[in-house]
Amino acid sequence: MSRITRVFKELKKEGRAALIPYMMAGYPDEKTCADIIDGLKNAGADLVEVGIPWSDPLADGATIQKASEQALATGMNTDKAFKMIEEIRKKTDIPVVIMTYYNILQSYGLNRFASRAASAGCDGVITPDLSVEEASGWKHTARKNGIDTIFLAAPTSSDDRLKKIAAASTGFVYCVSLTGVTGAREILPSDLTGFLKRVRKTTDKPLAVGFGISTGGQAATLAKMADGVIIGSAFLNKIAEARTANKQIKAALEYIEGIKAAMSA
Amino acid sequence: MWVRMNKKTHFGEFGGQFVPETLMAALEELESAYLTIKKDKDFTDRLSLYLKDFAGRPTPLYHAENLSRHIGKGKIYLKREDLCHTGSHKINNTIGQVLLAKKMGKERVIAETGAGQHGVATATAAALFGLECVVYMGEEDVRRQELNVIRMRLLGAEVISVTSGSKTLKDAINEAMRDWVTNVKTTFYCIGSVVGPYPYPMIVRDFQTIIGRETKRQIEGKEGRMPDYVIACVGGGSNSIGIFYSFLKTGIKLIGVEAAGYGLSTGKHGAPLAKGKKGVLHGSLSYVLQDAYGQIKPAHSISAGLDYPGVGPEHAYFKDAGLVEYVSVTDKQALKAFHILSEVEGIVPALESSHALAYLEILKPKLKKDSIIIVNLSGRGDKDVYEVVSSES
Repeated sequence: MSRITRVFKELKKEGRAALIPYMMAGYPDEKTCADIIDGLKNAGADLVEVGIPWSDPLADGATIQKASEQALATGMNTDKAFKMIEEIRKKTDIPVVIMTYYNILQSYGLNRFASRAASAGCDGVITPDLSVEEASGWKHTARKNGIDTIFLAAPTSSDDRLKKIAAASTGFVYCVSLTGVTGAREILPSDLTGFLKRVRKTTDKPLAVGFGISTGGQAATLAKMADGVIIGSAFLNKIAEARTANKQIKAALEYIEGIKAAMSA
Repeated sequence: MWVRMNKKTHFGEFGGQFVPETLMAALEELESAYLTIKKDKDFTDRLSLYLKDFAGRPTPLYHAENLSRHIGKGKIYLKREDLCHTGSHKINNTIGQVLLAKKMGKERVIAETGAGQHGVATATAAALFGLECVVYMGEEDVRRQELNVIRMRLLGAEVISVTSGSKTLKDAINEAMRDWVTNVKTTFYCIGSVVGPYPYPMIVRDFQTIIGRETKRQIEGKEGRMPDYVIACVGGGSNSIGIFYSFLKTGIKLIGVEAAGYGLSTGKHGAPLAKGKKGVLHGSLSYVLQDAYGQIKPAHSISAGLDYPGVGPEHAYFKDAGLVEYVSVTDKQALKAFHILSEVEGIVPALESSHALAYLEILKPKLKKDSIIIVNLSGRGDKDVYEVVSSES
């Protein structure tokens, strides 16, 4: 059983949903990034997503675009991201999931990427621009290396596609809450419940919801409807708003603590 | 690596559908609408009518005697896509796609543009068929192609200046994709070249193959035989695929000319077929300019339309299958050809098309006295005059 599957099982027993912050590797800089990730488990995170920045993040809104540009400017790359995950793994057993665009995998070599991810202690990879149609090579390679493959399900996906996505996903299914790019939203779409029910019909695998989530209230609502809540842009915004490294770490972790408290209430 | 290829969506190993899941339903809808409409007589009749009476097809195949004399060998013909309404071959595709959008009941079309020619052609078709139009254009291109920005606005389109990334065509495509992901239910994305996820490379190619079909008929009429060479510039690759398609696997030498920018060895160019590696950009697998970690490298070309780090996946397939020879010429060589055609023929070519013209000098040693060469003059150069003057001052 993968580390991701185990954590979702434990949470289910406790009747809780997973809190999954998304952190961009190398943002705002390598050191601060690592310090924030170090503190996430204590702050209440159950899994951590680590983004490897790409030059052309077309599924991302302004926040993650800017974070990607800044991370790349500080010299972040695939090898450094693996190194960072290796360091995290030495200190904690929290599941770590990479989220990155397919060209990062393709250029590194699928085999090399999967085996390096495994040796670094990474548990799964989310590929936001890899359709299940194009994924046979990656799924095969990832399985061989014990890496979970997490695909995105969207409100626009047909029931037939949802079935294929759920079948291709291991660890959990990433449910995109809205029709659009990543980025904090004040209000989540009204048809979200219906969408999650449609996905639920296709699979027993854990469902984690992401895109647009920014407040404790939203997270608390979603915690009742899904098995996990993913927070990316809103979390990165807290870091962007703070000026010094210490303040950035404090703001980031306090924000996650706040979300956690709302989800547990 | 173990990979199962889907024949329908790929060209050999290239192409495919690498997009956010949100768009997959839209791509399926687009494919099915297109495959149906393609056989619909009402649609094909309307398309033919607009191409003829609105866009000005067929475009002439012109025997450029002065240019032939200037080169000194062979008989050079120019396929005059520069005489199309709006000034380039781009209109062939936008009339087709916007008509399709209308049939699909979409209210809004979006497009990306580099040099502005595709933006103008989309804005034109949207005005003609009464659809709302938004064009994404890199900030850098907005600056160097001001004339086309004004034209698009006059045609009623909204032009959005893109400030992310390298601020050129690739970033305009990213931004258009983000718009499409957000507004996919009401919006049709009118892609300007044979790039993007399947079915786009096929759709754009199909709408552009009229160039080659006309050329074939015209050269047969004028010369009673097929040409020896067909030359076209390659950015994304729509004008070249349009003219090449009718001549594939006939033994005729097909030459695609990429932008070598400051020179292939400088790293500042737009020649992914010459210098790129296999990679995924804008929804398909093709040759892409990228670093060792798969970060996309900005391209460089004096011609905004060739300033793109990727290329259509079918070209990648043609290259590997040896069906087309891909070469490149520098900014300087293209500029020289720009001036020569203007002076000897009285035709100011687009800087993109000037790349195809520039290759004539390089080809010359291989030419025979009676060789017949067709160059696709994909667009006119009005939009480029400021850029040319400022680059030379």
